[in-house]
Amino acid sequence: MKKWNTINKSTRNNIITIGVIVVIYAVCQLMIAAGAMSNLMQGLLVPLCYYSILAISLNLTVGILGELSLGHAGFMCVGAFAGAFFSKSTQNGIGSSFVGFLIALLLGAIAAALFGALIGVVVLRLRGDYLAIVTLAFGEIIKNVINVLYIGLDGKGFHFSMKDSEALNLEENGTIIINGAKGITGTPKHTTFTIAALLLIAAYLIISNLIHSRSGRAIQAIRDNRIAAESVGIDITGFKLLAFTLSAAMAGVAGVLYSHNISTLVATPKNFGYNMSIMILVFVVLGGIGNIRGSIIAAVILTLLPEYLRFLQDYRMLIYAIVLIVIMIFNWNPTCIAWRKNHSLRDILHSLTGKNKKEA
Amino acid sequence: MKKLKKVVSLLVVTSMAVASLAACGTKASSGGDKFFIGGIGPVTGGAAIYGQSVKNAAELAVQEINDAGGINGVKIEFAFEDDEADGEKAVNAYNTLKDKGMKILMGTVTSGACASVIDKTKSDNMFQLTPSASSKDVLALGNVFQVCFSDPNQGIASADYIGSKGVASKVAVIYDSSDIYSSGIYEKFKAEAAGQNFEIVAAEAFTADSKTDFSVQLQKAKDAGAELVFLPIYYNEAALILTQAAALDYKPIFFGCDGLDGILTVENFDTTLAEGVMLLTPFAADATDEKTAAFVKAYKEKYSDTPNQFAADAYDAIYIIKAAIEKSGAKPSMSVSELGDALRGAMTQITVDGLTGAGMTWSETGEVNKAPRAVVIKDGSYVSAE
Amino acid sequence: MSFISYLIKGISLGSVYSIIALGYTMVYGIAKMLNFAHGDVIMVGGYVIFTVMSMIGLNPFVAVLLSIILCTLLGITIERVAYKPLRSASSLAVLITAIGVSYLLQNLALLIFGADTKSFTSIIAVPALKLADGRLTISGETLVTIPLCILIMVLLTVFVKRSKTGRSMQAVSEDKAAAVLMGINVNKTIAITFAIGSSLAAVASVLMFSAYPSLTSTSGSMPGIKAFVAAVFGGIGSIPGAMLGGILLGVIEILGRAYISSQLADAIVFLILIIVLLVKPTGILGKKIQEKV
Repeated sequence: MKKWNTINKSTRNNIITIGVIVVIYAVCQLMIAAGAMSNLMQGLLVPLCYYSILAISLNLTVGILGELSLGHAGFMCVGAFAGAFFSKSTQNGIGSSFVGFLIALLLGAIAAALFGALIGVVVLRLRGDYLAIVTLAFGEIIKNVINVLYIGLDGKGFHFSMKDSEALNLEENGTIIINGAKGITGTPKHTTFTIAALLLIAAYLIISNLIHSRSGRAIQAIRDNRIAAESVGIDITGFKLLAFTLSAAMAGVAGVLYSHNISTLVATPKNFGYNMSIMILVFVVLGGIGNIRGSIIAAVILTLLPEYLRFLQDYRMLIYAIVLIVIMIFNWNPTCIAWRKNHSLRDILHSLTGKNKKEA
Repeated sequence: MKKLKKVVSLLVVTSMAVASLAACGTKASSGGDKFFIGGIGPVTGGAAIYGQSVKNAAELAVQEINDAGGINGVKIEFAFEDDEADGEKAVNAYNTLKDKGMKILMGTVTSGACASVIDKTKSDNMFQLTPSASSKDVLALGNVFQVCFSDPNQGIASADYIGSKGVASKVAVIYDSSDIYSSGIYEKFKAEAAGQNFEIVAAEAFTADSKTDFSVQLQKAKDAGAELVFLPIYYNEAALILTQAAALDYKPIFFGCDGLDGILTVENFDTTLAEGVMLLTPFAADATDEKTAAFVKAYKEKYSDTPNQFAADAYDAIYIIKAAIEKSGAKPSMSVSELGDALRGAMTQITVDGLTGAGMTWSETGEVNKAPRAVVIKDGSYVSAE
Repeated sequence: MSFISYLIKGISLGSVYSIIALGYTMVYGIAKMLNFAHGDVIMVGGYVIFTVMSMIGLNPFVAVLLSIILCTLLGITIERVAYKPLRSASSLAVLITAIGVSYLLQNLALLIFGADTKSFTSIIAVPALKLADGRLTISGETLVTIPLCILIMVLLTVFVKRSKTGRSMQAVSEDKAAAVLMGINVNKTIAITFAIGSSLAAVASVLMFSAYPSLTSTSGSMPGIKAFVAAVFGGIGSIPGAMLGGILLGVIEILGRAYISSQLADAIVFLILIIVLLVKPTGILGKKIQEKV
C-alpha cells in the first residue's frame, strides 16, 4: 500500500482507468469465447470504443482548452472518408492487410488533423459562441461537399467530379470509389474490438499525459485566464492550435474505426451532422467537463441507453430525452448537489459498515 | 486506506457492470414452433413515416396469415426494431432481433441503412427481403431480394416512358442530392435521356438540410421552358413543390416515381394541385381490385390511416416470404442458415401476385420483375395513364 | 428580371429566419444560453394551429391567438422546469438540457400527431402581387412577412429600450449580479424574456408554415439551426442584428442556389458565414467584447 501511495496521483489514476478498461476488455473476450454475450452487445463493443475516443478527444477541446466546438462530427467524417478511401482504392493491394489498416488509420488522423489545423487558424480570432458556430458551419460544409463528391479510379488514375458519376469519364474497368450521396460501399471490415480498445487506451494516455505536461498546463492556463496566460509569455496561438489539431486527429481515428466497422459509409445529417456533434458534446458535459474518465463512462452509458430502452418501442426516444434532462438537472442543480452530498452512496456504505466518515 | 476504498469501490462498480452485461446475454432462440420474422426500419426521426408504414402493414399481414392458420399450419412471430434510418443503428437493431431469435429478415426500409446490414446477413447466411430499399448497393453481395423496383430501373423506365410516349420535349429535374434513392434515379434517368427524343433543360438539386424552399429550382425550370418536371423524390417534398409551383403560376406536367405515391394522402393537402401529376408506381391505394380494396380497408380499420406504397411493399413482402416458405417446404426448426439457403433457392422459382404487381418473379441478383404502371391523377384519384 | 425575382425570394425566406432569430437573440442576450429548443417551439405552434383549424375547425385568428398563448405558456414552463434549476450551473449544462428539451418536444409531437406530414393551409389571405406582365410574382406570404418582421423588430427595440421591463432586461443582460443589487427580479425578467421569445416563435410558425406548408415533428429543427446561424451572423444579442442576419442568410442561400450550385447551397451559406466572422469576429452588428483584466 505504501508503494502505491508513493506513485504520483495522475499516474495512479491512469493505472486505475487503464486497468479497468483492460479488465472489461478481458471479461468481454471471455464472455464472447464462452458464447455468453448477446449479439447486440458484441456489435456494440466497437462503437463503444470509438464513441469513447470521440468523447475524450472533444473533452480536450471543450474541457481542457475551454472552447465550445459543435463540429466534432465533421472531423470524424473527414477521417472516416479519408481512411475508407484509402482502403477502398487499394483494396486489391495493401488495403486489405493489417498494415493497410494502420496506414488508413494514420491517413484518417492526418486528414482530420489538417482540417483541424485549418479551422484552428480561423478559430483563434473568435471566442465563445462565435467559435461554436464556425465549427458547426465547418461540419455542415464537410457533409454537404462529401454528398456531391465523386471520385473514381481507373487505369489512368483518379478522376474527380462535383457533378455526377458520369462526369468522371471512367474507363470500362474503372471503379467509383466515392459515389456522391451513395458514399463509399464495401469498405473492408478491419476494425476489431482489440484494435479499438487499444486505440482507446492510446488516446486516453495521450490526453492524460498532455494534461500533466508542460503544454497541458499552458493550455489550461489559457482556458482559465487568457490574458494572464498571455502576460506570462504563453504562446496562445500555438497551444490552442496544438490542442485543436490533436483533438481533430483523434476524432479522425475514431472516424476510421467507424468506417471500417460498417460496410457502407454515407454522410447523412444523422451520422455526421450537427446532431452527432451535439451527441458527443452531451457525452463530455455529462461525464464532467475536463474529466477524461467521466467522458468514457458517459459515452458508454449514453450509447447503451437507447439500445436497452428498445423494449419501450415508440416511447424509446421520448424516455431517452426525459432521462437526459433529469440527469442534467440532478448533476448540476445546486439543491440536487447538496442533496447528493448528504445522501452519498459512500456515506451510506460507511454507515452500514459502522464506520464514521472521519475515520476513513 | 482511503485509496484502497476507492479501488474497491471501482472494482465493485466494474463487477456490477459486467454482471449487467451478462444478464442480457444470449437468450435461447425461441423454439422451433414458429417462423420468427424480424423487421427493421425507422420509426422515430425524420424518416419515421416510412418505417411506421412498413411496420403496420407487416403486422397486418402477419395477423392475417396467423388468423388463417399460418404457413403450412405454422404460425409467424413478428418483431420490429427501430433503426432511425442510420446504418449503425440498423446493425444494432439487427443484433437485437438476432438475440430475440429472428430467423428471417424483412428489411430494412431505407437504402442507406440496408446496405450496412447486408454483410451481416451474408455472414449469417440469413434470408433477407427488403420491402423498399431500392438502391443497387443493397444487391451488391447477391444475398438480398427486393420487393420494390431498383432505382436504376425506375430512372430508365421513366425516361423511356417520357420519350416513347412523347410526353414532353423539354424536361427539368428536381432531385435530392443528399439522398441515395433520389440521386440514384436521377443519374440513370440522365444517362437514359441521352438516347431519347427529349432534352433535360435544367437539373436542380436540394439537400436534406434545405428542403422547404424550392422557389429557385422551380424558377429555373420555368425560365428554361421545361414542359415537364421530373421529381424522383418522396411525396412530402413533392407536395411542397406543387404548392410553390402554383404560387409561381407555373403549370408543367409533374412526373414522378414510386416515392411520389402517397401525395394524395398528405393530410390537409390541396389535392387539386396534384391534378395531372403522372407517376410510375406499382401501387395505388384507391385501385378498385379486390385485393387492394381489402388491404386498404383492413389497414384503415386498424390504424385509421391510408396505406402508402411502403405499406403495400411490406404487406407483399410478408406474403412473398410465405410463398417462398411454402415452395421450399422450409420448417421452423431449421437453422438460420438452412432457412436462408432454402428460401433463396425458392425465391427464383416462385411467382407472386401482390398489391404492388401481378406475377412478380425474382432474378438471381435479387431484383424483382414486374411491370411498372403509369398512372395520372385525375379528380383526386389515380387513373391509368394509357 | 430573374435576379430581382431571386432577391425577393431570398428576402422572403430571410424574413422568416429573422423572426426566429429574434427569439433566439432575445433569450441569448438575457439568459446567455443557446436555447436549442426554440425551433421546436415553432413546430409546436404549427401543430396547435393545424389542430385548431383543421380538426376543430375554428377561425384562423382564434387559432393564431391560441397558438401564441400556448407557445408562451410552453416557453415559460420549459424555462421554469428545465432551465431555472440550472441558473448557476455551467452554460454548457444548460445547452445540453436545451437539447434534451428539443428531443422531448420532437418525440412528443411524433407520438401525438404521428409521423406523416401534415399540409398546412395558409392563413395569410393576401393575394399575390404580379408585376412586369406576370414575370415577377410576389406571394401574399412575402407581402405580409417582410413588413411584419420589421414591425416586430421596431416594437421589440422600443420595448427593450423604453419600458421598465425592457430596461431591467438590459440590466440583467449586462450584469446579473449588479441587477440583483439594484432590486431587479432576475427570475421574473428571464421568465418574461422566454415568454416573449416563445410568442415570437408562435408568430414565426404562422409565417413559416404559411409559406412552406409542410409540418412534421422535425420541421422546426433545421430552421432553428439556420436562425441560430443568422443570429450569430448579425451579432448575437443584437435585435437589429438578428433581423439583418436573417435577411442576409436567406438572400445568400437563394442567390447561391440560383447562381452558383443548387447542390452546394448549404456549404456556400456556411462558408460566407465563416468569412464574415473572420472579418467581423462578433458578427455584423455585434458589440465588441471588452475584456476585463
